[in-house]
Amino acid sequence: MILIVIVTSLVNSGSAIASSSDGEEFNPGDMIMHDIQDNHIWHFIDGHYGTLYLPIIVYSKEKGLEMFSSSNFYDDEHKIVDYNGYKLDHNHISIANSEAHVYDISITKNVAMLFINATIMILIFMAVAKGYKKNVGKAPTGIQSFFEPIIIYLRDEVIKPNIGSKYERYLPYLLSLFFFIWFGNLLGLMPGAANLTGNIAVTAVLAISTFLIVNFSGNKQYWGHIFKTPGVPLALLPIIVPVEIIGIFTKPISLLIRLFVAISAGHIVILSLLGLTFIFQSYAVGVGSTLIVIFINLIELLVATIQAYVFTMFSALYIGMAVADHDDH
Amino acid sequence: MGAGIGSGLVAIGAGIGIGKIGGSAMEAMARQPEAAGKIQTAMLIIAALIEVIALFGVVVCLLISFKS
Repeated sequence: MILIVIVTSLVNSGSAIASSSDGEEFNPGDMIMHDIQDNHIWHFIDGHYGTLYLPIIVYSKEKGLEMFSSSNFYDDEHKIVDYNGYKLDHNHISIANSEAHVYDISITKNVAMLFINATIMILIFMAVAKGYKKNVGKAPTGIQSFFEPIIIYLRDEVIKPNIGSKYERYLPYLLSLFFFIWFGNLLGLMPGAANLTGNIAVTAVLAISTFLIVNFSGNKQYWGHIFKTPGVPLALLPIIVPVEIIGIFTKPISLLIRLFVAISAGHIVILSLLGLTFIFQSYAVGVGSTLIVIFINLIELLVATIQAYVFTMFSALYIGMAVADHDDH
Repeated sequence: MGAGIGSGLVAIGAGIGIGKIGGSAMEAMARQPEAAGKIQTAMLIIAALIEVIALFGVVVCLLISFKS
């Protein structure tokens, strides 16, 4: 095990020193931004066969709906060329010689990762449901025995205490939310995988869906608390009501930013420490940085689980506040 | 240089926060060893929340350092 670590770190430093002799200057900022952001190709290894060219689907008023492979944008030396009137510039597709707007709905790296995540979730949960049906009344076996305690823990410790008596309506949404975020985080940590939950659009959709569910299932008491807070003297209401209205929006925004920052910053830290080897060009730094990167990867596994748990817990809390019908005050 | 000082201060803030939580958790676990499991779970969750705030600061400092 230690031998593997040492060999990995020596190979790391070796490749760093070799690539610097090309004469190009290594720019860590560019490398990090390039790895964090979405991309039209999926780059595994350098070279023609190590890259997966994802399909590009663009729609524009002038040219209509067109679909082609992104390998058309790259020629033999992996440089970007124009193709069929379209121009690729920093992952932004535009029509050459024109300012027309192009709707880019292609399958990018993050979209492909989303599909993989959804497929894994469907396969795992179909297996769990089949096991549940087969083992009615008996002890669970196989993959069901791993996921059923997690589901029961979430239901009994997180969802039922926060929502109260009407928890069954929200149980499917909250459980899917937890497992989607958990698998998305874990998949993003694997080498060569895309950064799914570190994409602000993905976390925005999750936060917006929580926002819609909370506000559409708020009963009269919830809206009464916002617009006519009980127990507040009339003179203070013009201050309290705008604050409450802003509060409706800041709660999902905090969910959004918390998940996005936690996962993205983790990836940035790992990539920066790997880039240290390339900056310093020495074998000792290579060994040290590989050890630190392994350690921080293990911490990121913990962070992946905790962030999924925190997102689900706060969603359950907000839904509970919306549907609560306590008439003690 | 401002980015460097900024991220140092952020680390101090996160360190103080998580240190206080860890300290009270240790003390509480020493007083009542039966509740150690629950206290440890709560401590990890709060540490994750504090760490996210520290990471806000780190991301802002990184953005500053790459823009200039």
